[in-house]
Amino acid sequence: MDSTRYVLRMKNITKEYSGNQVLKGIDLEVHPGEIHALMGENGAGKSTLMNILFGMPVIHSTGGFGGTVEIDGQSVTIDTPQKALELGIGMVHQEFMLIPGFTVTENIKLGREISHPNALSRVFGKSMETLDMEAMTRDARKALDTIGLQVEDYVRVAGLPVGYMQFIEIAREIDKTGIRLLVFDEPTAVLTESEADRLLEAMRVIASQDIAIIFITHRLDEVMAVADSTTVLRDGEFVAYRAIRDTSAAEIAELMVGRRVEKLVDEREDHRQLRDDDIAVQIRNYTVDMPGELVKGLDLDIRRGEIFGIGGLAGQGKLGIPNGIMGLYEATGDVTILGKKLDLHKLGEALRNDVAFVSEDRRGVGLLLEESIEQNIIFSAMQVKNKFLRTFGWIRLLDSAAAHAHAREMVQQLDIRCTGISQPAGRLSGGNQQKVCLARALTLDPKVLFVSEPTRGIDIGAKKLVLELLSKLNREQGMTIIVVSSELVELRSVCDRIAIVTDGRVSSILKPDDSDADFGLAMSGKKGGGKRG
Amino acid sequence: MGEKLKSTVAKVGLPRIIIVAFFISLWFAAAGLGLDLVQLFSDCLKRWGMFGVLVLAMVPAVQCGIGLNFGITMGIVGGLLGGLVVVEFKLSAIPSIVAVSPLLAQWVGILIAIAIGIVLATGIGWLYGLLLNRVKGSEMTVTTYVGFSIIAFMNIMWTVLPFKSGVLIYPNAGEGLRNTISLADDYSGVVSNTLAIHPEGSSLNIPTGLILFVLFVCLLVWLFMRSKTGIAMSAAGANPQFAKASGINVNKMRLIGTTLSTVLAAVGILLYAQGFGFIQLYNGPMMMGFNCVAAVLIGGATPKRARISHVLVGTFLFQGLLVIALPVANQIIPEGNLSEVMRMIIANGIILYALVQNKGGDSRD
Repeated sequence: MDSTRYVLRMKNITKEYSGNQVLKGIDLEVHPGEIHALMGENGAGKSTLMNILFGMPVIHSTGGFGGTVEIDGQSVTIDTPQKALELGIGMVHQEFMLIPGFTVTENIKLGREISHPNALSRVFGKSMETLDMEAMTRDARKALDTIGLQVEDYVRVAGLPVGYMQFIEIAREIDKTGIRLLVFDEPTAVLTESEADRLLEAMRVIASQDIAIIFITHRLDEVMAVADSTTVLRDGEFVAYRAIRDTSAAEIAELMVGRRVEKLVDEREDHRQLRDDDIAVQIRNYTVDMPGELVKGLDLDIRRGEIFGIGGLAGQGKLGIPNGIMGLYEATGDVTILGKKLDLHKLGEALRNDVAFVSEDRRGVGLLLEESIEQNIIFSAMQVKNKFLRTFGWIRLLDSAAAHAHAREMVQQLDIRCTGISQPAGRLSGGNQQKVCLARALTLDPKVLFVSEPTRGIDIGAKKLVLELLSKLNREQGMTIIVVSSELVELRSVCDRIAIVTDGRVSSILKPDDSDADFGLAMSGKKGGGKRG
Repeated sequence: MGEKLKSTVAKVGLPRIIIVAFFISLWFAAAGLGLDLVQLFSDCLKRWGMFGVLVLAMVPAVQCGIGLNFGITMGIVGGLLGGLVVVEFKLSAIPSIVAVSPLLAQWVGILIAIAIGIVLATGIGWLYGLLLNRVKGSEMTVTTYVGFSIIAFMNIMWTVLPFKSGVLIYPNAGEGLRNTISLADDYSGVVSNTLAIHPEGSSLNIPTGLILFVLFVCLLVWLFMRSKTGIAMSAAGANPQFAKASGINVNKMRLIGTTLSTVLAAVGILLYAQGFGFIQLYNGPMMMGFNCVAAVLIGGATPKRARISHVLVGTFLFQGLLVIALPVANQIIPEGNLSEVMRMIIANGIILYALVQNKGGDSRD
């Protein structure tokens, strides 16, 4: 790392979208070979800043931006993504851009194939040249070895684990000649913990070759582990630049939210009386056919009034549990909710029995992106409980007044940041979208609430609010809450008991204060890692 | 200023701006050529009313998720059958009702035709919906082919159905139904002429009854779209997974939407026929689907979202354009049927444009 030179300097960047100032004088400086963490809550302006760096059309079609961008000390104008590529700036996407039917090598070399001229190409031009597979394989191998991915270069991408795809994306970027700055946009969001560790290792290797990295993530521990320095943004403003060795995770978190974060959830008074014979959710011999998250004959008892956590590694089946109960995937077995046995083949059966669900797939299942916040909040309760309807003879019409009033109340109660209840849900930031999903579930007045990955992809501030809300609902209304999450820290901070699911079954049920070793053991699938809580 | 202009253009849509500009310039051309503008305006209103309900059939189809329904000919066939039955049995001239009022008798006739059409279209639409539930993802192609196929099938049926009335079948002991059947002795113009404003000596003719009827049907559809089922249907169309998570049977909602679309088409074709004064069989209604799709798209709908306002605006623009274009074109180029050529260019052009604009249902941009 050379701290006298800058591979990238963005100075006093400003940007407004139709009169709304989203960036207010941001500075960003990155040295060659440095891993620089760009941090901030959702809506802090990270994406907009990166869009400016890549010359995305969304910036230039909305009036451009203010401030200057320097690459290697030269002032540059980046007005198209091609220009960014030419300057050696690469991006590892959060969503994979790979062609499933192509091999690893083909994906890595796509668009930059190495080829020889042949008879045909002399007549018809360069596009008819013969591919030099050997040279391409060599290059691909080299890129794969650099990041330490042990995958054969001739296998097809289709069917590889998600973690591998992420690595192939990175290999493709570092294979580009002249690459000097790589942006990782929340690369670990979709990875399991061990894959994430490998990715961080790969980032160090890449940085050691004098390629600078801008690392966008919500995970503080990763930043502390791998980054050299960090820039923190908040509400479109530049808050601080820190070298990691001079700071702490607590300080960064504080800078991000602008208030002290000590614990994810504050202690509150607990008057609950949980009894082992008062069961809210009883699950017996339960299977769910959810691709990638199979549940294979699971038994579970959840007491009335508790917050129950379901954890485990990705792909082990924890997500299948709520999705099966809600009827989104084929499920078999006995599920009894508050003494009533559910017919799992009947759509909406769980909803009609006072169960609500907040899906892990917010954009896909959780929201009508183009519809208003109001519509999103009232929809399920209207369909399931006939709320917000007025009856005229045989027809039941939407009661707009009641719907408006309720949506406004929810927006206020959950502090949903929006321009109004008629704003389309798709325009909100991740955290606010999650609050809309929660608002919809709460509108159902559930007795049992399943919340799947409640804080995935949302910032610390919103995370704390969401977890606090769950805890409040539980303590004040006696709601039985089941939190399914891949983040153990989160489960351990709110739950009374945590079931660890491995290979579609419960491997053990632990207390939140059980030791890390017990949790580790349970996750790895060894039975008897802990005592029943 | 430039920024504001851009966002306005984006909001209204470039094709709509071009078409409105073209529409207005045609009016000026018509005035310049000394055409009877009042007459033209009356024609605009008439065509607007005639096509209104047919185009309205697009709304439930698009909202329930099957997309632009090129196959409204399925419903049209039902409506035509209803219309033919009324002619066959002279139900629009039942003597005891004629004695009270000939207009009332005609109304009875067309309402019976509509009732028969609705019953038939409900059955056809349901089956059609079952088919569309099996071809999710390629509905648009399937509706187009189904729309053409039913026309071919009915081309056979029109020749063999046991209609006997001399008005309906080919004269001189011919077999099969005629290509074009006059409704002059039946319910021709019954809705259009009711309450029509037609001052003596003026070429103004406002088909008040027709306009009211169309607005009434729009009101019914609007109410339906705000009902519990209507909202569930729209959600099922916008995001099937979301709807499923709220316990909604997506296939059932698609069936309801498809059926409703088909029923509206049946009602629509009868309104069209009474305004036109003729029932057209065989290949007559073949391109109806395309015209209706084009109209709703001009109005601002997309293959994912359609509102009643899109129907009203789009029908007026599309039909209005054709109404004025014909006399203007005839004045400029006396030979040829330029108007028909223009209809094809506009209809197919706007469909193509809309399909190009369709970003696969994601608004993230």
